[in-house]
Amino acid sequence: MFQIVEKRKLNDSMTLMAVNAPFIAKKAKAGQFIILRVDEFGERIPLTVADYDREAGTVTIIYQIVGKTTMKLDQLNVGDALLDFIGPLGQASELEGYKRAAVIGGGAGCAIAWPQAKALHQMGAKVDMIAGFRNKDIIILEDEMRADSDNLYLMTDDGSNGHKGFVTSALEENIENGADYDLVVAIGPLVMMRAVVGVTKPRNIKTIISMNPIMIDGTGMCGGCRLTVGGKTKFACVDGPDFDGFEVDFDEAIKRGRTYFDKERAAAREESCRLMEGAKNA
Amino acid sequence: MPNMQMEKTPIPEQKPEVRCHNFEEVTQGYTEEMAQNEAQRCLNCKNKPCVSGCPVGVHIPDFIAHVVKGEYEEAFQTIKLTNSLPAVCGRVCPQESQCESKCVRGIKGEPVGIGRLERFVADWHMQHGSDKADKVPSNGHKVAVIGAGPAGLTCAGDLAAKGYQVTVFEALHVAGGVLMYGIPQFRLPKEIVQKEISALKEKGVEINTDMVIGKVLEIDELFNMGYEAMFVGTGAGLPNFMNIPGEDLVGTYSANEFLTRVNLMKAYKPEYDTPILDVKRVAVVGGGNVAMDAARTALRLGAEEVHIVYRRAEEQMPARKEEVHHAKEEGVIFDFLTSPVQILGDENGCVSEIECVKMELGEPDASGRRRPVEIPDSKFKMSVDCVVMAIGNSPNPLIRSTTKGLEANRKGCIVVDEETMKTTREGVYAAGDAVSGAATVILAMGGGKAAAKSIDEYIQNK
Ligand SMILES: Cc1cc2nc3c(=O)[nH]c(=O)nc-3n(C[C@H](O)[C@H](O)[C@H](O)COP(=O)(O)OP(=O)(O)OC[C@H]3O[C@@H](n4cnc5c(N)ncnc54)[C@H](O)[C@@H]3O)c2cc1C
Ligand SMILES: Cc1cc2nc3c(=O)[nH]c(=O)nc-3n(C[C@H](O)[C@H](O)[C@H](O)COP(=O)(O)OP(=O)(O)OC[C@H]3O[C@@H](n4cnc5c(N)ncnc54)[C@H](O)[C@@H]3O)c2cc1C
Ligand code: SF4
Ligand code: SF4
Ligand code: FES
Repeated sequence: MFQIVEKRKLNDSMTLMAVNAPFIAKKAKAGQFIILRVDEFGERIPLTVADYDREAGTVTIIYQIVGKTTMKLDQLNVGDALLDFIGPLGQASELEGYKRAAVIGGGAGCAIAWPQAKALHQMGAKVDMIAGFRNKDIIILEDEMRADSDNLYLMTDDGSNGHKGFVTSALEENIENGADYDLVVAIGPLVMMRAVVGVTKPRNIKTIISMNPIMIDGTGMCGGCRLTVGGKTKFACVDGPDFDGFEVDFDEAIKRGRTYFDKERAAAREESCRLMEGAKNA
Repeated sequence: MPNMQMEKTPIPEQKPEVRCHNFEEVTQGYTEEMAQNEAQRCLNCKNKPCVSGCPVGVHIPDFIAHVVKGEYEEAFQTIKLTNSLPAVCGRVCPQESQCESKCVRGIKGEPVGIGRLERFVADWHMQHGSDKADKVPSNGHKVAVIGAGPAGLTCAGDLAAKGYQVTVFEALHVAGGVLMYGIPQFRLPKEIVQKEISALKEKGVEINTDMVIGKVLEIDELFNMGYEAMFVGTGAGLPNFMNIPGEDLVGTYSANEFLTRVNLMKAYKPEYDTPILDVKRVAVVGGGNVAMDAARTALRLGAEEVHIVYRRAEEQMPARKEEVHHAKEEGVIFDFLTSPVQILGDENGCVSEIECVKMELGEPDASGRRRPVEIPDSKFKMSVDCVVMAIGNSPNPLIRSTTKGLEANRKGCIVVDEETMKTTREGVYAAGDAVSGAATVILAMGGGKAAAKSIDEYIQNK
């Protein structure tokens, strides 16, 4: 069992949790993920290692509440324990040797992008962090991202905070203004990552994106996480989750990502009804 | 006087029209009376041809003789001498190509139902026997076993019996390997696998789940932690795809994913959260046990029409005969000499059709089987909403890609000395599907046993 040692709400739908998992804490690197199971009946879901403390033996995850499992997870508190916590899985991001990087996070993607910005920054690269949110109420990790980058560009779709516009406009603007990026890291919704690649590919700036397909085992056994990269089948859990943005077939990934969409919407609706019921009865 | 009845004593089964809607075990097992009757068909041959057909050399006539006398616990102990998972093997061994293929009673009539008897004895023991294993005093040596499939569990059991302190590391959240995530409940109840595993734990074997070796700990670190030798039994879990257009469509599963969702993650039980698509017309591509399991699982999930699409002929199918027979009874449609060329999707990217081509048998290939060749202009389409690829698995890549000095061949199989199961890395042994590529439970166990013996010799002579 893996005990929760910290829980912090970041906004209405996102929570940070630190979990006691000494073996994983010893090994984890930026770009890797864990798979957890809340209880015996739960699904196995993948979440990025947002941070780790090798000494304290803890691993930090940041999750967005989107469906049944993340709702169940959010019911737990400090002192409770998770049934399974497996990792570190996937390849660590290859961030060595870059001089100037733009790290782009879209919404919840910031939770995954932040550790990469931090790692790049620690390796001595100059890092521009570009973080995009729908509006100011859902901004997360602002202090952390600011601390672990040279510049933070905060973008909101409606201009309610920071600059109005999409992350791609900030990226393009920086490039026009002479930012000579040798690396762009983009993490967020597939459409956002596709749009970033639309900016970087014509300019031939190396772009790493992080893919979030549906996963079960995370060890290369089920093939559920497969995607087409450079015309070849890859398994995101062992070959990724980072891939060369120029080579990913985004259209295919967008379709596959919807496999259980209807089922899960239904399950989540049921779950939230049940939780509300519980709250009413409490 | 032996019982000269030509056929095996029939074994009670759930009726096909009933069982294809539930996940309960299909074959219900012999009663004592039936077991007696079947055991009496054994001639107790002096030269024991049947034993040579069993990869672990179960003392077949001896255990059957005990059954005849009603000494079921003795029969069990006899089997246990060489086979640590009899309840599993009795159910899933391909007996027709192993022990039973060598039985003299099979020359005229049907062979003795060795598998059925083995199962009877193991089940009898589970109900009536006791597993108060005497814990062997520790010899102070530590061994790590990576992978809790039949190979790893057998190796762990044998070493524990010799006094080794054995720790098993398993990547998934439960131990059992394919026995838990692949082979379905209706063929091998998970409770049986877990009972076998509890018995191991009682012997003192420590099982650590949720540990992906190569990621959380590497083999070198395990050596540093004081493990003197290592056994790698990580199996062949990497699913193959055909690389035809449309394999990325929603509704195309690898058999591993399909079966894992249902078996390991229990998608068929409403109290579990695991989603699985609600499919009605399914094509399963392949002709092995995995394909049969996927097809029959699809039926039980409520599919109305399930096809097995196999590019060779019926006689060439590698699946256990009994499973093919069961699948047919349950209404699975077999399309032999048929090979998929592409999967087609609708506007949402969901599977809508599979296009296949008809084959005929040509000249024998390297394996001696007549090779299927395409019949020109024979393409046709079937309307389906799900395609399951069950065309084989390759060895798991995680260990070999993270362990220095561990050699693998072109197919990804770990290279070992076939007698000792020694790998190219000192102190590291391997067996099972990780070495042979996808094979059978009993071969994996045989390999695990051989490795345990070598590990013991290695440590004692160090
Ligand atoms: C390698 C990897 C790293 C990830 N890291 C993080 C992270 O750090 N923080 C975080 O909040 N989420 C992360 N995710 C996504 C997270 O796994 C899903 O949000 C989670 O599985 C949803 O589970 P659920 O049961 O709550 O929702 P479900 O009921 O399963 O799904 C609810 C909704 O989310 C969508 N969804 C389901 N699975 C995924 C998925 N894998 N990715 C994106 N959307 C999905 C569904 O289509 C549905 O609309 C990561 C995914 C991967 C593969
Ligand atoms: C659907 C299906 C049906 C089958 N039916 C039959 C049948 O009827 N009869 C028969 O004889 N055979 C059958 N087989 C084949 C048989 O199950 C296998 O040959 C056998 O299980 C191989 O045993 P193993 O111990 O080598 O590997 P596995 O059973 O594959 O076990 C390997 C274990 O290692 C774990 N692992 C992998 N990598 C790591 C890692 N890095 N760290 C830690 N753990 C790891 C895996 O999670 C797994 O639990 C079937 C196979 C399948 C898939
Ligand atoms: S272990 Fe398998 S092959 Fe050996 S006797 Fe038993 S059923 Fe036959
Ligand atoms: S060959 Fe058949 S009849 Fe002879 S001992 Fe073996 S099981 Fe009995
Ligand atoms: S999650 Fe199963 S292969 Fe990647």
